Amino acid sequence: MWNRRQFLIDLAKGFAAIGAGTLRPGIVLAAQAAAWRTPGLPSGTLDSSVLDALPGKRPLVKRTYRPANYEAPIEYLTDAFTRSDAFFVRYHLPNIPELSTAEWKLQVAGDSVERPLTVDWQSLTRDYEQVELAALCMCSGNRRGFSEPHVPGVQWGHGAMGNALWKGVRLKDVLARAGVRKDALEVVFDGAESPVLNTTPDFVKCLPMWKALDENTLLAFEMNGAPLPHWNGHPVRLVVPGWTATYWMKQIISIRVVPRPFDGFWMKSAYRIPKGKFPIIDRFISQESETTTPITEMVVSSLITNLRNGQAVRLGRRLEVKGIAWDGGYGIQTVEVSTDGGRIWRAAELGRDLGRFSWRQWSHAFKADRKGVQTVMAKATNRRGAGQTFDLIFNPAGYHNNVVQRIDLLVA
Amino acid sequence: MMKLVTCALLAASTAIADEGQVRLKDGPAKDLVVGRCAICHSLDYIPMNSPFLDRKGWEAEVDKMVKVMGAPITPEEAQKIVDYLATEYGKK
Repeated sequence: MWNRRQFLIDLAKGFAAIGAGTLRPGIVLAAQAAAWRTPGLPSGTLDSSVLDALPGKRPLVKRTYRPANYEAPIEYLTDAFTRSDAFFVRYHLPNIPELSTAEWKLQVAGDSVERPLTVDWQSLTRDYEQVELAALCMCSGNRRGFSEPHVPGVQWGHGAMGNALWKGVRLKDVLARAGVRKDALEVVFDGAESPVLNTTPDFVKCLPMWKALDENTLLAFEMNGAPLPHWNGHPVRLVVPGWTATYWMKQIISIRVVPRPFDGFWMKSAYRIPKGKFPIIDRFISQESETTTPITEMVVSSLITNLRNGQAVRLGRRLEVKGIAWDGGYGIQTVEVSTDGGRIWRAAELGRDLGRFSWRQWSHAFKADRKGVQTVMAKATNRRGAGQTFDLIFNPAGYHNNVVQRIDLLVA
Repeated sequence: MMKLVTCALLAASTAIADEGQVRLKDGPAKDLVVGRCAICHSLDYIPMNSPFLDRKGWEAEVDKMVKVMGAPITPEEAQKIVDYLATEYGKK
């Protein structure tokens, strides 16, 4: 636990900085930086993070330069759809080519494919039915930085996620054209990013056949009505609604359908969770071991987006708490808000339903009626009755942190 | 593919210009750490993951870089790198 008084002070400073106007393109000012100095992150993370703009992007919170790992300040998570130039960036390998639509080609092959084929841009955009859906893309490690104890990895705060409208073609339609044999077990995906050394494992991921054939799993080429940004997978990326972003392969150039479990570092060792610790429905059985399983769907969670810890509020003022809630694709049923530290919970008003894979906006009006510290909390429940946890479910890689948030307002 | 490679190098060099701002703490093996670790990634990975790893934790990270990621680091160098990381960026 961090020092409560100090964190309130830090946060109050942080909030003041927001008022002064942050996020001006190209500008990194130490005084303003406090706005996104999220408490609970390791001190070394806070000291080494800056607001920095990648080419074509707005200033985001830089966690690492190479490979590029940048998250969105919470201010960008208030909208129904996250603007593409503020969408988080996450890479495992540092060499990321600029890929034009003219040079892009997708190989579809593997032992369980009848007719290996090459899909080019013209074929992708002409030969298949196009569909568009809203879906949340969230890094498996979002909120890793809040793990107690801390665990190594990219120390994400809340912003390694974004909601977007994705347009593309169904993966199952492309696979159907290649012909999938009866023995098909997994589909293996490779993107164009590459390591510096040939001894480093390439970033390769796979999906179970049933998820690859899901009608919502897309090869997407548009995001929010425009081509994908370079940093988010231009020209074509995989969209795997409901599942964490580790499967949403960027700059996809190779698909292999195989009859045996794929054996690669990024499946067998990375992105795994202890078996039985989380209320997960989607299983990836061919990749499970005795004790661990690949991460699959997102767990139910929510985020308060418009209030900050340590924010000063006048006693008696009427306020609105706003936020977003999401799950692994079953849909949000309710969001409940407490403005008294968790004693009484009231239903928040849900925003427009943009589809079960989208996050759902919500809001709740209340009065700052408790002098001193007034704690605001929010918790979501999905249509299957699954909810959030009050105590962290610790795991070595810091995944699935859906602990109910506490925002302490300073009411005077 | 040659074109792809050229572009990748250009993209990488842009990132290197920015990451030049990352300054590690002075210590006996700092040059070694910079020379080996920055082959594959920016050095902000080190302060970002601090100060919560103890010596064992940093040992595991360096071990992963060598055994899994294929970093060209000899056992003697690995020892010096772990000493540096545990001293300058370790859990106190």
